[in-house]
Amino acid sequence: MTTLRRNATVAWAIARKDALAEVRGKQAAVSTLTFAALVLLLFGFALGSDPRRLADAAPGLLWLGLVFAGLLAVGRFHEVETEDGALEQLTLYPVDRRSIYAGKAAIGALAMLLLGALLVPLVAILYAVDVVHALPVLALTVVLGAIGFAAVGTFYAGVTVRMRAREVMLPLLVLPIVAPLLLAAVKATTAALTGDPFGELPAWLTLLAGFDVVMLIAGAGTYGFLLEE
Amino acid sequence: MKTRILGGIALLAVIAATLYGLFGVPPDANQGDAQRIMYPHVSSAWLAYLSFGVTALGGIGWLIRRDLRFDAVAVASAEIGVLFTALAIWGGMMWARPVWGVFWQWEDPRLTTTALLLALYVGYLLQRRLSDDPIRRATRSAAVGLVAAVDLPIVHFSVIWWRGLHQTPTFLAPDKILHPAAPLQFVLALVGMLTAFTLAWTWLMIRRYQLARAELAQEEAIRGELIRSASRSVVGAPEAGGAQPGAPVEATR
Repeated sequence: MTTLRRNATVAWAIARKDALAEVRGKQAAVSTLTFAALVLLLFGFALGSDPRRLADAAPGLLWLGLVFAGLLAVGRFHEVETEDGALEQLTLYPVDRRSIYAGKAAIGALAMLLLGALLVPLVAILYAVDVVHALPVLALTVVLGAIGFAAVGTFYAGVTVRMRAREVMLPLLVLPIVAPLLLAAVKATTAALTGDPFGELPAWLTLLAGFDVVMLIAGAGTYGFLLEE
Repeated sequence: MKTRILGGIALLAVIAATLYGLFGVPPDANQGDAQRIMYPHVSSAWLAYLSFGVTALGGIGWLIRRDLRFDAVAVASAEIGVLFTALAIWGGMMWARPVWGVFWQWEDPRLTTTALLLALYVGYLLQRRLSDDPIRRATRSAAVGLVAAVDLPIVHFSVIWWRGLHQTPTFLAPDKILHPAAPLQFVLALVGMLTAFTLAWTWLMIRRYQLARAELAQEEAIRGELIRSASRSVVGAPEAGGAQPGAPVEATR
């Protein structure tokens, strides 16, 4: 039990450090949020002004916005480590690698949640979707999606952090992996917004949760090797 | 020499299975000649999944044993897997156009899964090219290959829930094969093509593995040369002591 507590403390310390650096520096947070909002705005232009079409596409657009902006966010939390040899320091810590992964994934998930908190109201306003009645289910979907995306994104950020052309490679590796997450999250969001006429909501939420668990285990299990190299 | 014989046998087997599939077997009652695409299509798809299974196992082998031969198996398998995945998708589209009327059917779980499979392993190969250090490349690749392999069943599972119209699996449902609707000739054509393709795959694997080993040896040789020239320059000109023998070729962390 003490190891678990110790690991949780380490994870918390790492997540807290990154959060603090963002809060104090305000380097990436504002621009990432702006980028996400801009993506939603451009989807509106791309799909035309028909309100029905936009409302129908809203769940998909919301999640595409989250995924695109989320890529910037999870990449960012590893990029900061490349400055001033911070990554070497991080790998020198005599702690369980899984706790480092957990900390990075936690701050990534938090960033995704922030993005969700911005994008869901924005979708409601821009695409004229009534989200208020579905808010609890939507919140649950966003939480599950945020955890899954952060689990995958953090792992691949660890893969690409020391790689050439990592800005291209991170999305290239993450996007096909998160395809089932995107699918399940969009389906769950659609079901939540339409009042779930086919009763499929539990299945999609279960799939999301399953994805989260599997990817967290896979990420935690392999992330340590990436730091060793 | 043995590999050459295997290659010859594989080539003959593919030719024989192709001829049998084209001329030996009668056309399908419903789909006509288009159904003949199924023989190489199913065989390619089988090899695609086999390849990526082997890639994942090679990655695990590297992580446990730290022997670069496992990584050579992994890269050989991934490259050949990408080839057969592309073949499977291409064959599927050629079949879908006359039978379904479209090249691409979004509701089909296996087509969608296979497309993502291609994307996953093209990414795998691309990231290999961006790592110059063999050890680092092997570790990264092992991790990437493992997570991709873990993701695949979820991908498959999730797209199945879209409700597909793909034909139910031919092989994982044995009653289908023995069903009178599938006469012995059809089974023979498919099994023959599967065997021929698998032989060809084995030959490709051996050759690509040998190539991977040769590439590695060359990399090592260049590395050794760099180290030697660096130490020579240090001996020759003691003041130029900045060169570090054995430093990774890859850009600084």
